[in-house]
Amino acid sequence: MVKINGEELNVTGKTAEQFLLENGYDIKRVAVELNGDILPKVQYECTILQDGDSVEIVSFVGGG
Amino acid sequence: MTEAEWLKALEQRHGAELQQNFSSAFVAVCGLGGLGSNVAISLARAGVGTLLLIDFDRVDISNLHRQQYRVSQLGMYKTEAMKQTLSEISPYCNIITHTVKLTEENLSLIADCGIVCECFDNAECKAMLVNGVTEGYPEKYIVAASGMSGLHTGNSITTKKFGKRLYICGDGMSDVNDDGTLFAPRVMLCAAHQANTVLRIIAGKSEV
Repeated sequence: MVKINGEELNVTGKTAEQFLLENGYDIKRVAVELNGDILPKVQYECTILQDGDSVEIVSFVGGG
Repeated sequence: MTEAEWLKALEQRHGAELQQNFSSAFVAVCGLGGLGSNVAISLARAGVGTLLLIDFDRVDISNLHRQQYRVSQLGMYKTEAMKQTLSEISPYCNIITHTVKLTEENLSLIADCGIVCECFDNAECKAMLVNGVTEGYPEKYIVAASGMSGLHTGNSITTKKFGKRLYICGDGMSDVNDDGTLFAPRVMLCAAHQANTVLRIIAGKSEV
């Protein structure tokens, strides 16, 4: 199980990019924290979510 | 007002040691709209020593409802207008301006500062800057904003920390494309969270 934005999800083995795309995130608008560090965008494609990982996904919204 | 008088007034309020930290700080404000104009003014008032102001746009009549510009500044580049305003508030603050659109290609413009404030309005630009700084300049702090549109409760604006040096202020949800517009106080609340976070980082209080 992987904890994503506080929710335990059965997505072990998926890449970060797969998870984002399958769950409707716009990759151009997100920042991803994996186990306490910001995950570089170039690593979304090759980062495989592991059991026990903790992920926070921020999806930016417009306005400023 | 001499520089010595100004510094003395700041030291009396902040304490000499904290003021020394503020005076030696170098902060970039990226985007000078509702967020950035308010962030820049707060940081200048606190006596932050060097501010880097980046924006490509000019002051427009549609900005006056929430951004810190005046009728007399309509048509001016926001960098120049804000520099003018700050010179009346904090004349000894060192202001550097770049009247350009900040992109991945010219991100090195922020290379010398210690703290970056993301004050853009476009969601993709926000994400570009946050990811660009955390990847390219991992030693820098970045204080971003997401979600401050509409007339929703002010109590939902918060500051959250991600990773070791990324802070995001706002409610995280209210999108100007859904709400239709922004209102000065709620944008100021979010900008105040950003400026407060910057001062706390400079003061060594890096937790939220």
